[in-house]
Amino acid sequence: MAVSGVCINSDALQQMGSGSYKLAGAPHFANPPTVIVMVGLPARGKTYISKKLTRYLNWIGMPTKVFNVGEYRREAVKNYSSYDFFKPDNECAFKIRQQCALAALRDVKSYLKDEGGQVAVFDATNTTRERRDLILKFGQENEFKIFFIESVCDDPNVIASNIMEVKVSCPDYKDCNKTDAMLDFQRRIECYKSSYQPLDPDGYDRDLSFIRIIDVGRQFLVNRVQDHIQSKIVYYLMNIHVQPRTIYLCRHGESQDNLQGRLGGDSGLSARGRQFSLALSQFVKEQQLKNLKVWTSQLCRTIQTAEHLGIPYEQWKALNEIDAGVCEDMTYDEMKEKYPEEFALRDEDKYYYRYPAGESYQDLVQRVEPVIMELERQENVLVVCHQAVMRCLLAYFLDKSADEMPYLRCPLHTVLKLTPVAYGCKVESISLNVEAVNTHRDRPEEVKRGPGTLQRRNSVTPLTSPESNIKKPRIDDLDEAPIQELPPSVDSLALCSPSHLPLALAGQKLRRDSGRHDVFQICK
Amino acid sequence: MKHRSPPEQHHGKRPRAPAESASVQSQDPMDDNAPTNLRELTQNPLKKIWMPCKNGLPENHISQRKVCMTNCPTLIVTVGLPARGKTYISKKLTRYLNWIGVPTREFNVGQYRRDFVKIYKSFEFFRPDNEEGLKIRRQCASAALNDVRQYLTSGGQVAVFDATNTTRERRDTILQFAEQNGFKVFFVESVCEDPDVIQENIVQVKLGSPDYTNCNSDEAVEDFMKRIKCYENSYETLDEVLDRDLSYIKIIDVGQRYLVNRVLDHIQSRIVYYLMNIHITPRSIYLCRHGESELNVKGRIGGDSGLTPRGKEFAKKLSQFIQAQGISDLKVWTSQMKRTIQTAEALNVPYEQWKVLNEIDAGVCEELMYEEIQQNYPLEFALRDQDKYRYRYPKGESYEDLVQRLEPVIMELERQENILVVCHQAVLRCLLAYFLDKTAEELPYLKCPLHTVLKLTPVAYGCKVESICLNVEAVDTHREKPENVDVWRLSEEALLTVPAHQ
Repeated sequence: MAVSGVCINSDALQQMGSGSYKLAGAPHFANPPTVIVMVGLPARGKTYISKKLTRYLNWIGMPTKVFNVGEYRREAVKNYSSYDFFKPDNECAFKIRQQCALAALRDVKSYLKDEGGQVAVFDATNTTRERRDLILKFGQENEFKIFFIESVCDDPNVIASNIMEVKVSCPDYKDCNKTDAMLDFQRRIECYKSSYQPLDPDGYDRDLSFIRIIDVGRQFLVNRVQDHIQSKIVYYLMNIHVQPRTIYLCRHGESQDNLQGRLGGDSGLSARGRQFSLALSQFVKEQQLKNLKVWTSQLCRTIQTAEHLGIPYEQWKALNEIDAGVCEDMTYDEMKEKYPEEFALRDEDKYYYRYPAGESYQDLVQRVEPVIMELERQENVLVVCHQAVMRCLLAYFLDKSADEMPYLRCPLHTVLKLTPVAYGCKVESISLNVEAVNTHRDRPEEVKRGPGTLQRRNSVTPLTSPESNIKKPRIDDLDEAPIQELPPSVDSLALCSPSHLPLALAGQKLRRDSGRHDVFQICK
Repeated sequence: MKHRSPPEQHHGKRPRAPAESASVQSQDPMDDNAPTNLRELTQNPLKKIWMPCKNGLPENHISQRKVCMTNCPTLIVTVGLPARGKTYISKKLTRYLNWIGVPTREFNVGQYRRDFVKIYKSFEFFRPDNEEGLKIRRQCASAALNDVRQYLTSGGQVAVFDATNTTRERRDTILQFAEQNGFKVFFVESVCEDPDVIQENIVQVKLGSPDYTNCNSDEAVEDFMKRIKCYENSYETLDEVLDRDLSYIKIIDVGQRYLVNRVLDHIQSRIVYYLMNIHITPRSIYLCRHGESELNVKGRIGGDSGLTPRGKEFAKKLSQFIQAQGISDLKVWTSQMKRTIQTAEALNVPYEQWKVLNEIDAGVCEELMYEEIQQNYPLEFALRDQDKYRYRYPKGESYEDLVQRLEPVIMELERQENILVVCHQAVLRCLLAYFLDKTAEELPYLKCPLHTVLKLTPVAYGCKVESICLNVEAVDTHREKPENVDVWRLSEEALLTVPAHQ
């Protein structure tokens, strides 16, 4: 029996290596890749925005990766000593930074051309026109669309708190006390200030596509949005905020159907489910949250749970449990018996598998996207939802891949407390100590994994943001010729080595120094 | 029965009678710490929404369907010189907000002026030194604001105050008015210096304005240019410093650039997103349904059947029609159902499948004939006839749900240029209602016959529709609202308007 309702798109087939389809039914994939280029002084939240945006784009199924030039620099110069490195007159360091940028761009290129990436986020200061022009040229040569995100902020409090939160704990300052780190970092910012050329919407940069974020979202300037993805990015950036807040996720209390091991349905709570609701009410009171919003689905069990809280709540149809189609109200055993092939297909690829006349996890991600957007806008929120829905939401916050998402553990009667910290999210799992049945079905061990056969069009495939840390020292493996004599430890007296760090841009001739002997020169 | 899986299999969602009411009240003797004032949940039979009730009466303070858009009414105020597209934006935004379910009305001060001064003579009326004119215009603005207050205090959520509002003084008056009444204010300023765009706008919409009915076009253009001049001297644009505390969007050069300041809430964020996606490049949108399907012929709703021979014939004709139109860069969208995809396959052009374009989910009624629905679910059938827009099928969707689901499609349609959407009856009705500004009452009864293409072309403030029948016979699937919608009606009365089928 075939999976009903599945129409495999010709593009997906082509990706699977079937050449029989001539039609390329996928304008989305035909779009040229995009390079998002961050612009701004240090400590303006560029990395925060880069990571968050990358997480979002991956979650909605757009393969995206961050290329943080700072990490390339730390890789090249193992020990950071002080802001001196960033001084505009430190020519040697300047060269290293230039090489790092080029190395990162080279990786951007291979990510977008050979590794299936759709969006690359180039996270660096990019504060000079010269640097931006170089990137634009790179984009032009490779037919990448370029979209700039500039963050401008002159509020000293915001900058100081940003430095405290993420910079002093950065590897550059690991052997350094906080005050010294703070001071050094502020000097580092000064190093960039003199050469900073903000985007100029009325003159030099009027034809570029960009968004400028002013004072952490007080104001936005948006110029020449070119396409769907840029428009989505702009909308997302306009909805996120950095106010401290907490998001609570939980499932409804145990339901009658849970007790019987049935999927879906619209049953009410069991006695233990009601007990959980009371415990939840107590828990919420103890948390002492101001302006807590409560959202439920439109199914009886979440509404009953929220009713016990005694505070107003909002019902979202988008939060309803995954639609199991013809399998609604069945137990797993019944499903296995009645639709053995469906059951097996689901195990093969739980994320892509769509129930006959129902939904897949992939469909669910698309359905809850507006909920995510609204969650980003809100402050303290408690979402009372369902197992599959909660997995989707959690995958967004914790940057889980499509493969992991359908197996995330979201037990009944447990509240997950999410608190944004630095670049990510802290999760606390709080069991309210009310017994409940276990509804989690582990990934079966001996199952053949489909080669993405269930992939459908117009699809979203959350991907975990690729590891942004560089796995191997990329800078030296750029060179065509193998390089042997890298010093064991490159200290802060920066290594200055144009031949080690070739200008690796496409279409740009590599300028190599003739001899190897003048390669190592001690700067300063 | 909901079964879109292979036809030989007859499996369905077991139509379990939803618990008519589920008590939250704890019956568990162990729960002696249960609050005593818990409310009963009863399912609203029309919308299938669980409503808390107390003493048998539904409690209303909970927002039922979606997130609360805004907690107080919003006043949108346009700002800009004449012929900057303010009325275009106002009308379009009003249409969009009403469609997504936010009660919105626009208040065009120019209209008040025309009602007041029946005959327009010339630009002299707008001269800054025309005391009489100034007085009248001020009166018109305040009359409009009165109506805004009336509207927003009696159920309206958004009012669009469409006037030039080019002076800070005028805007301060409006801000004061809003503060007194507890309305949020969001300014939408349109700035454009491109003479071609302005000229085009004048020709497109101003020449047709009642002000210039007895006037030749050259004279009208000349007069209108002078009218613009009357405002230029006193124009104070929204200022980054002086107006830094206001919420606004400034649209520069018809969408080349936007400046967005202090977006306060969900509704403002939606408005901004919408305004950033619309464009004025001329284009055509083609809407049609799939070719006739096997289930259409049998008079069964929903399902996922393939095309009949006549349906395939239509697909061929559609292909010829599209070629004959000679459209550049045509995009084609389908649903993820077999019948739309089969239709698009005949076109031999790339297409994109959207799950959100799938037909309305009839839940337990999927693949049933109207006769069977009447027989098995007479109450449901009557409720649907009573309020077809809000009625939700058991385990399925309502038209209202469908509109929510289609919102991203509308947003993307606004972004696109030439496009053909091959979809389904209920979906097509929702899309059409957006473009033609139809109410929730009209929407579920819009006529969208099979084998007919609707060609929509944006003109001035609206949309021109051409209905092109491709001359391939097909069954009629349109069921008019019967006269008797009472739950106690006779079966014959309920089935009176069912179209003929096999």
